[in-house]
Amino acid sequence: MCGIVGLFLKTSRHEPELGRLTALMLEQMRERGPDSAGFAVYGDDKDDRTKLTVLSEGINTDWGEVCSQLETALNGAVTHRMVLDHAILETALDGTDVRDWIIKNVPKSTVLGSGHAIELYKAVGDPRLVAERYGLADRAGTHAIAHTRMATESAVTTAGSHPFSTGKDSCLVHNGSLSNHNLLREILESKGESFQTENDTEVAAGYLAWRLREGDTLVEALERGLDELDGFYTFCIGTRDGFAVVRDPIACKPAVMAETDDWVAMSSEYRAIAQLPDVGDAEVWEPEPARIFAWSRT
Amino acid sequence: MTSLDLSTGSLRDVNAALQTAESGEFVITHPQGAHALACGLNASVEVKIEGPVGYYCAGMNQLATVLVDGNAGTGLAENIMSGSVTITGNAGQSAAATGHGGLVVIHGNASARCGISMKGVDIVVGGNVGHMSAFMAQAGNLVVLGDAGDDLGDSIYEARLFVRGSVASLGADCIEKEMRPEHLEFLTTCLTESGMDADVSGFRRYGSARTLYNFQPDDVDAASESTERSDG
Repeated sequence: MCGIVGLFLKTSRHEPELGRLTALMLEQMRERGPDSAGFAVYGDDKDDRTKLTVLSEGINTDWGEVCSQLETALNGAVTHRMVLDHAILETALDGTDVRDWIIKNVPKSTVLGSGHAIELYKAVGDPRLVAERYGLADRAGTHAIAHTRMATESAVTTAGSHPFSTGKDSCLVHNGSLSNHNLLREILESKGESFQTENDTEVAAGYLAWRLREGDTLVEALERGLDELDGFYTFCIGTRDGFAVVRDPIACKPAVMAETDDWVAMSSEYRAIAQLPDVGDAEVWEPEPARIFAWSRT
Repeated sequence: MTSLDLSTGSLRDVNAALQTAESGEFVITHPQGAHALACGLNASVEVKIEGPVGYYCAGMNQLATVLVDGNAGTGLAENIMSGSVTITGNAGQSAAATGHGGLVVIHGNASARCGISMKGVDIVVGGNVGHMSAFMAQAGNLVVLGDAGDDLGDSIYEARLFVRGSVASLGADCIEKEMRPEHLEFLTTCLTESGMDADVSGFRRYGSARTLYNFQPDDVDAASESTERSDG
């Protein structure tokens, strides 16, 4: 099954309560995905600094020491703060270089996301507890994407939870399953993408990251994805300043969208959207199959 | 009239109250997208739901009259047997799926697979219907005032489909058919009953070419003297 929610603020009015609203939406999707949950929040965007969210499953990993080694290896300052088992690194260095260095040099760690605005948290367990533990409700920002997981294609692990991000500031949540992910993974690896799990959704995230890196706009990348990603999917995608929803041409996996002057929201079920302010004034619709719905903040 | 508030009462209690009533009028407030609301009603009660509902609202309806003032999620009035279900807004996918009888009126748009496997229900949609609507439809009428998406009536058996706007594409074995006086007469009655205002002369009719299935209506009752297939 799986439940997905996305909230994209078109104005600054609700930015201080982005996390609180996203948590209310996520709570409604608990039954759809009781085994794990995750969320990505976009906020505190700075051009000259990259944030990396790293899942640290090695209990003896000293992130202060890791940062020192990184500073020596890449010749630039790196700071860190811990949110339970997630290390948030901040640096003016190139995010891709830091990501690659961590993957190569820090055992039992998974780089969940990196970019100027994104922070990404995920864990195994009741979605309500995951949201509480990682402080979703207190976070401010411009847009957020969250997921409750009922695993089908890969194991119930934190690294296998959504959202998935492989490119800068891009992330994706998925309800469904892809059938050509093994082939696509090999193709993408030959094009320089690297993957950290066996999960099908990570391949979709990697696909989009590759297309965006090649210069596609988000809409162009998704149009191409409709041809090349085979399987069942409702995707909700975040980029640094954008938000998109797309469903496969058959559209068996549910999705509902709503929009007001202040926000755009999507979810697997309306009851998540029902939590949002001024929802009575919202336009509500089911997104058509194979059609890309996209918004951006300019 | 009985008012039931879903912001204070449980969904189970509200449904139990509706399902055990033998008559009367009910107003449900604050539905907040709740699933399976007003399902399994089996008496001539009148239910008004003030706000949007989730999946499978008014499923398996018999005799009852259900009005939703808002939108509905997947599976509105699924397997409706009789009575009527009306919504003022949009319906999610598979509205009135497998419906055996009764009337389903959607004033907004209906998403994919509206009337899939319909078996006798009448469905009236004020807006558009999504792809694969009336897939494997067996009996009943689907009336669409707006446009129909791809593959309308794919693998259709004997239902009648009336569309006023464009049809993106017809599904396998679905063809356009002539509008005869009895079809115009049906549409006039059906639209009036549904509270829809539309000129019946603007509709086109679609149905089965009957090349995909081997069922012969005459076989239903070997004693009948029917010499001609009922033309859908």
